[in-house]
Amino acid sequence: MFFTYLRRELRRRRKAALVVASGLALGIALVIVVSSVSSGMEKAQGKVLQSLYGLGTDMTVTKAAAPATSTSQRPRFNFDANDNGSTKEQSSDRVMVQGFQTLAASTVTKVDSQKGVADSVGGLSLQVIRINGQFTRGQFQQNQNSGTGQGGGRPNAQQSPQGRVEGGGANFDVNNYSVYGTDVTKPALGPLTSSKITSGRTFKTSETDTKVVVADVSYAKEKKLKVGSTVTIKSVKYKVIGLATPDSGDAAANLYIPLKQAQTLSGSKDKVTTIYVKASDSQQISSVKSTIQKNISGTTVTTSADLASTVSGSLSTASSLASNVGKWLSIAVLVAAFLVAGLLTSSAVSRRVREFGTLKALGWKSGRVTRQVVGEAMVNGLVGGALGIAIGLAGAYVVTEISPTLQAQVGGSGGGGGQGGPGGGGGFGGPGRQAASKALDVALTAPVSLGTIVGAVALAITGGLIAGAFGGWRASRLRPADALRRVE
Amino acid sequence: MYELRGVTKRYTRGKETVDALAGVDLTIADGDRLVIQGPTGGGKSTLLQMLGGLDRPTAGSVELDGTDMARLSEAKLTKVRSENIGFVFQSFNLIPTLTAQENVETALVPLGVKVKERRQRAADALESVGLAERLGHLPAELSGGQQQRVAIARALVKQPKVLLADEPTGNLDESMRDEIMEVLEAMWKEHGLTFIMVTHDSSIAKKAPRLATIRKGKISVKENAGA
Ligand SMILES: Nc1ncnc2c1ncn2[C@@H]1O[C@H](COP(=O)(O)OP(=O)(O)OP(=O)(O)O)[C@@H](O)[C@H]1O
Ligand SMILES: [Mg+2]
Repeated sequence: MFFTYLRRELRRRRKAALVVASGLALGIALVIVVSSVSSGMEKAQGKVLQSLYGLGTDMTVTKAAAPATSTSQRPRFNFDANDNGSTKEQSSDRVMVQGFQTLAASTVTKVDSQKGVADSVGGLSLQVIRINGQFTRGQFQQNQNSGTGQGGGRPNAQQSPQGRVEGGGANFDVNNYSVYGTDVTKPALGPLTSSKITSGRTFKTSETDTKVVVADVSYAKEKKLKVGSTVTIKSVKYKVIGLATPDSGDAAANLYIPLKQAQTLSGSKDKVTTIYVKASDSQQISSVKSTIQKNISGTTVTTSADLASTVSGSLSTASSLASNVGKWLSIAVLVAAFLVAGLLTSSAVSRRVREFGTLKALGWKSGRVTRQVVGEAMVNGLVGGALGIAIGLAGAYVVTEISPTLQAQVGGSGGGGGQGGPGGGGGFGGPGRQAASKALDVALTAPVSLGTIVGAVALAITGGLIAGAFGGWRASRLRPADALRRVE
Repeated sequence: MYELRGVTKRYTRGKETVDALAGVDLTIADGDRLVIQGPTGGGKSTLLQMLGGLDRPTAGSVELDGTDMARLSEAKLTKVRSENIGFVFQSFNLIPTLTAQENVETALVPLGVKVKERRQRAADALESVGLAERLGHLPAELSGGQQQRVAIARALVKQPKVLLADEPTGNLDESMRDEIMEVLEAMWKEHGLTFIMVTHDSSIAKKAPRLATIRKGKISVKENAGA
């Protein structure tokens, strides 16, 4: 009887059912569109962040900021002033670890063994400052008059010849570039994955300590490097084996060399600046983050979400719009829809007082009558859910079809501000900082995940239950004597 | 067998209190036919609610076959209603979205009768009130008299001990009224029911073997030897 009665009610009172259902549908559709647009935003941000991080990286581990920077790490340049007349060029490379903070390479193994970590790889980001030019020693010009004292003859005048240094000076160039030491044994993770090798080849996994270099295409162009050219870093010659073109935005570094080479160059044996981590479940990133931070002291874990806060421009405006206004709007609409569904169901029960009273008079248990009302409300909820999912999917499809372009500013104008500084968070001082202040255009999509659909179904059921609770409560309070009530 | 002792029903609405029933004593034997009449607001419907276990008295006892319905739990009272008492209302009270047959079936639902048997018994009951051709009709597709026949079939399909009817012809025109009275009387005879009916119709009241009159909550019963 339950299903017969239910079916009959829904069919013969279609309009009332549709009103309840469409209220819920509106709320659910809005939730789907908002959440799919937000995940589209996230995806767009992910694209932007990917240009910093490389594919598949869910978070980075860096050394926690130390309170002071040791002075010995400051760059020092030693030049010999040349002898008279010499025009010999000198150059000096100062190789610094970016951010001055390193982690022991063993940390990579530790990170790798944490729960939820699928893969991890360490890398060493270096900053090379090259100064080259001519340095000429100044020449001492004797003052011709110095010998002939002026009468009195002061004693000090006799102690040293008078004159001055002339003509000394330097003519030099400062050149700043970044080098990333990559773990060639794990080519699937790390910043280099966000670039494609467009010329030559990438590292072989055996080239752990080989003097080879992959150059970023734009840097190579600037320096006129080709596959087969040689690059000298701190007097070590590297052979260019490939050119890498970033998928979007700027490259993570100007030059990529095997990790061991980078460690040797910078004198940081068995050290890395950044560990790139891939989580086994992308939904569990924040818990993996806290696991790592808890179990490995002295580290800072930065997730894409943390980094996303450095993305600005219309993308982030839209993104915060979607996550704030959109969220609240859909919550408001949803609550309103639930309430309206509840009140409509309740008033529908009021209109059927005599009907339910009669059933109770016939000996129907109160629970059976209530169940019938709740069942109707549930079906209304599910119909609303189905309708809402259909509308929501259509909405998300339209957004994806139009795919409005959003601009992203990574890092913002002050992007490099805190870099390496003791208070600068020291966090993701990875090569990513090099890409700061680069604007990217990203097309917005609105992907609807299975999770969203499941959530929508859950909302529909919730809506049905709320409506059912209102109506059921009303129905449960009816008395059999209400069968005799004179209504309407 | 009904035994009512000192049945009082007091309705309170705000400061106003109404004694719809004020100390009713009444005995109704099995198979009896009792007609209740009286002025409007006298308490007829209230008495029927007490007899049918739809409500409880404020004071007094309503015994049906030795069980005081005033003291039964809600669940037990529901069971008594579902098994022993058939109701016919003035305004038919059919479920508008269910067919005639399904409406009759609703009376068998609380008894846990299996679907197939339920359908069969509902069809038989409808046939006995002359509606064999109307099983699939909705109430809105039936005349008032036909609707009341469906309601009678619904009241009797479970073969109750008692049939309670509150102005069953009140919403019908004269020709239909006689038709329904005939059906009810035939059913009473056929099933050996205790049949209690409230009516305003004096022509019906005249024919009743036993006539109760309720005024301001007080009852007086008259045996009608002539009927
Ligand atoms: N639920 C209720 N709440 C308050 N007062 C009620 C309620 N039901 C009935 N009454 C009052 O109790 C008294 C008796 O009502 P009842 O319905 O039994 O009269 P009745 O004899 O059936 O009248 P009618 O011939 O009009 O059907 C009336 O004064 C009525 O107003
Ligand atoms: Mg009445």
